[in-house]
Amino acid sequence: MRPFAYRRPADARAAVEAALDAPRAMYLGGGTNLVDLMRLGVAEPDLLVDVAGLPYDTIRETGDGGLEIGGAVRNSDLAAHPAVRRDRPMLAQALLSAASGQIRNAATVAGNLLQRTRCAYFQDVSKPCNKRIPGSGCPAIEGDHYNLAILGHSAHCVATHPSDMAVALTAFGAAVHVEGPGGRREIGMPGLHRLPGDRPEVDTVLDPGDLITGLTVRPLPFAARSRYRKVRERASFAFALVSVAAALDVEDGTVRDCRVALGGVAHAPWRAERLEEALRGRPATEGSYAEAADAELDLAEPLRDNAYKIPLARKVIVRTLAELGG
Amino acid sequence: MRVNFTVNGVEQTADDVWEGESLLYVLRERVGLPGSKNACEQGECGSCTVYLDGTPVCACLVAAGQAEGREVRTVEGLADGERLDPIQEAFVECGAVQCGFCTPGLLVQAHDLIERVPEPSDPEIREALAGNLCRCTGYEKILDAVRLAAARKAEAGR
Amino acid sequence: MELGAPLDRVEGWDKVAGRARYSGEQRVAGVCHAVAVQAEIAHGEVLAVDATAARAVPGVIDVLAYGDAPALADTSDFELAVLQSPRVAYRGQIVAAVVAETLEIARHAQRLVRVTYDELGHDVELTPDHPGLYRPEKISPDDPPDTGEGEETPAEVSVDVTYETPAFHNNPMEPHATLAVWEGDHLTLYDSTQGAAAQRDALAALLGMPAERVRVVAHHVGGGFGSKGVPPRPNSVLAALCARRVGRPVKLAVTRQQMFSITGYRTPTFQRMRIGASKDGRIADIEHHVIEQTSTAREFAEQSGVVTRMMYAARARRTTHRLARLDVPVNSWMRAPGECPGMYALESAMDELAEACGIDPVELRIRNEPERDPDSGNPFSSRRLVECLRLGAERFGWSSRPEPGTRREGRHLVGMGVAAATYPAAARPAQALARVADDGSFTVSIAAADIGTGARTALTQIAADALGVPVARVRVEIGDSALPYGPLAGGSMGNASWGWAVLRACEGLRDGIARYGGAEPGLECRADTSGEIKNQEAYARHSFGAQFAEVRVDVDSGEIRVPRMLGVFAAGRVMNARLARSQFVGGMVMGLGMALTEESRMDREFGDYLNHDLAQYHVPVNADVLGIDAIWLDDPDPHANPLGGKGIGEIGIVGAAAAIGNAVHNATGHRFRRLPISPPSVIPHLP
Repeated sequence: MRPFAYRRPADARAAVEAALDAPRAMYLGGGTNLVDLMRLGVAEPDLLVDVAGLPYDTIRETGDGGLEIGGAVRNSDLAAHPAVRRDRPMLAQALLSAASGQIRNAATVAGNLLQRTRCAYFQDVSKPCNKRIPGSGCPAIEGDHYNLAILGHSAHCVATHPSDMAVALTAFGAAVHVEGPGGRREIGMPGLHRLPGDRPEVDTVLDPGDLITGLTVRPLPFAARSRYRKVRERASFAFALVSVAAALDVEDGTVRDCRVALGGVAHAPWRAERLEEALRGRPATEGSYAEAADAELDLAEPLRDNAYKIPLARKVIVRTLAELGG
Repeated sequence: MRVNFTVNGVEQTADDVWEGESLLYVLRERVGLPGSKNACEQGECGSCTVYLDGTPVCACLVAAGQAEGREVRTVEGLADGERLDPIQEAFVECGAVQCGFCTPGLLVQAHDLIERVPEPSDPEIREALAGNLCRCTGYEKILDAVRLAAARKAEAGR
Repeated sequence: MELGAPLDRVEGWDKVAGRARYSGEQRVAGVCHAVAVQAEIAHGEVLAVDATAARAVPGVIDVLAYGDAPALADTSDFELAVLQSPRVAYRGQIVAAVVAETLEIARHAQRLVRVTYDELGHDVELTPDHPGLYRPEKISPDDPPDTGEGEETPAEVSVDVTYETPAFHNNPMEPHATLAVWEGDHLTLYDSTQGAAAQRDALAALLGMPAERVRVVAHHVGGGFGSKGVPPRPNSVLAALCARRVGRPVKLAVTRQQMFSITGYRTPTFQRMRIGASKDGRIADIEHHVIEQTSTAREFAEQSGVVTRMMYAARARRTTHRLARLDVPVNSWMRAPGECPGMYALESAMDELAEACGIDPVELRIRNEPERDPDSGNPFSSRRLVECLRLGAERFGWSSRPEPGTRREGRHLVGMGVAAATYPAAARPAQALARVADDGSFTVSIAAADIGTGARTALTQIAADALGVPVARVRVEIGDSALPYGPLAGGSMGNASWGWAVLRACEGLRDGIARYGGAEPGLECRADTSGEIKNQEAYARHSFGAQFAEVRVDVDSGEIRVPRMLGVFAAGRVMNARLARSQFVGGMVMGLGMALTEESRMDREFGDYLNHDLAQYHVPVNADVLGIDAIWLDDPDPHANPLGGKGIGEIGIVGAAAAIGNAVHNATGHRFRRLPISPPSVIPHLP
């Protein structure tokens, strides 16, 4: 890989300042994605600012039942936290369905959110890719895209976001804490990740120097009944073809509220807002779930070889909701 | 740059380390411990699994600088002197070793599993070891070995 | 410990302690590192290699490319004529190399090498009606491409179907690595190879050197599955060239990604099966027409149709092989070449025939047992397929197999499938030396290879058994071309070939000791089995087996799991029960991968295998394997060789994918004729 400088700042301010020092500075968390991309030549930072040791590595339960999660918390620690396992099973399941034990031990929460796509063309520097080299073209559209997007893609990029955790957090509507050159701010999910449009090289709304220091997951009592279902090409250790994070609040056979987000289908974790809207107030039956799923999936524009994702997503949504509602 | 860290209980200093080197490279090429294997360099096979501050990680994805001041334990450090760890013995006795290339990473990962979960169920073992690819054994004997080592450790702990 | 007993793997302790040294791990003073630069076009010529920027990187020692690389003596095999011509035959071909003080410097400089090309259009897609299909002169290893006998007659029941298998990559866990050391005009290669002696001979010929001046050492090899056989892979040649050029030892480790273009793979296939039978399932005519690819860089004609030449009785039989010569990486040996893809097609078609006839698939196979080998007319040395099928059916609970598409358990469709397995049992000439060591123990030497199979252990047991001493008193030396000649580990012939020579050497030494009146240090005996092998009687020698699988298909996701799998094998005498079981099960799991998860996807636009890493090429993980077992008949075959063994490295994969595919049909009622069977293809066919 290309030579670069390496720094370990003492706090977030110093990290942000350091990152502004170099034109291609990047933050290093667990390294599980970035070190790989550097070796592949996909990422070529001139400075790595190692933020994994910053003091954002705690998980705190707030008085109102919410959670404050540090950006440097390891994925495995978050998955094991009692408040996650007990009150937010879809988040615990999403975390545990991702990668392998070793990777989860190293990967940070902030780094997980900022993973790059696993599109094969993006990862191969010998081929064009609009996300890697703007304007170079997207070979996936005419080429191999069986595992790529059916929702929200553009003529410039059909990549999917690989994170499982982010799908569950999107269903929760988590808030991302950012320390940036202009101070601190919060970004809601969905909202952190962009759709590709005509600028697929930009994954998120973050600005240069912005550092994710943590997340807030506000209380959502009915998420104690929630689930993450991931469909993949082997029993473990594979990215999602389609995944569903769902929480369902049913009273007297009627859906009072619900949260549903999809993974493996779009450039960003996909909050199924139309589905949620179509389902609220409806009877908790498979028929309602299917109609609601269709309301969302009507938006899908499959590519030549990934239309299977529509019935797959539909079936898995219906089944996941049925298991929660039954 | 210079990297100071502890490997298998011994303090090590590696000089002239280039920032882009991985912990795996430093262990294999600079510290002289080639037990941890390089089979994919992407964290996709687990052959390079080592303990970093007591937690198993893929050494190929740890940038050298990240190891500064930390404790590393590799397959070479699982044995207590000449006495192999029960998981190492069990791998040989159960026939869980074939070509041996996945073995070092599997041993570290399985060692950690038994430390955390003294009596793991089969699904727990299969999922815990899902990040360690093996192309020879079909995994069946690896499961046997983990069960045997767990039983022996439980026995010894009683 | 007696032959057949489950002795611990003799090098197991070194492997679990992290002490076993693989080829790239030998320590040599002054070593430097080479990395290959690969072509980014699939067809054309290199116009120029601009290494200015690469050479300017501190620590870069040299850059090699066509025009300035050392010349090879033999360039007849284009794949191995590394850097000898500007021609580019496939994407990923080695077009330059960077040598540097450290690996990381070499890798950085590698990205700075600028190669310009004259690019020609490429043709990389195998289709069943490819206009360039031709009949090869022969198929591997040395058989006619086409056979035909008997007259076709109208059949009461017929099956005419085409199966499609994708390319598969061997993916041994150890990527190919070579350490090349020149001392004067002698070359030592520490190389991950399945055959040190064969590798030496091949390298010596390429370099134009007498074989005595080349030594290949491979003490431990991290798997091969055919990808480390001969002909060598180009990386070994490149390492030798780089080391010669820079005058220092050079280490060259292929990356996982590079393995997808330069270390071989299994061809994709289209296989048309036509079977005509009577209503009672007796085959009248059987045809197997194979379409495969080969590279313009080197022809490799996988023998997928040979199984249909010998497996079942029939009145008429036709097999053909046609190849398309494409601008693709060189396909080569992969575990059970020929038998593996061929039996997927044949055994899937047999399942379809059973259904068409309304006959149980186990019974259908039993009804079509031939009396003699239909191909050669020779008697089988032994053929216990029927026993394997019957024993397996009983153990597996085959009688509870449901009607297709009828068993539902919760959100799963459940089904069972069966397939037969076969693999040839042969031996190649070998030499061995047995000697009494100074301490009175015994040393047995042969250039055998242990690529994880357990050869070192089995040979130790064979030697101890022949010498009549405990295994602890026998040390077996292998993995070095300086030892007496042994053929490579391939074709499931390793243990039969080496073991035979070891047996003869040890028998001779034992006689010598008896004559001498004691185990005097220095007493030795050399054996060479070439004469015996040449004079073997005419038998058809094959292993057989039966594979049973149960699958559960998730009706929501299309995900398929295999809760149970059983292989029953008649594979001759088993030398070590523990090692054997793992070999069988390992093969079956590779077959599970073939059926459900593995696929190398050709990128039409760029001409390479797109999913070229272990994140995207899905080797089965631990969690994919549930209840799996392998058992075997006590089956010493006296006509196979004096040890009675037939080889077990490959038969485990044969038929496994068909058994799973047949089980998926039984579960879903739908016949999937393309592998792998995974959610994208399953979803449209679920209720």
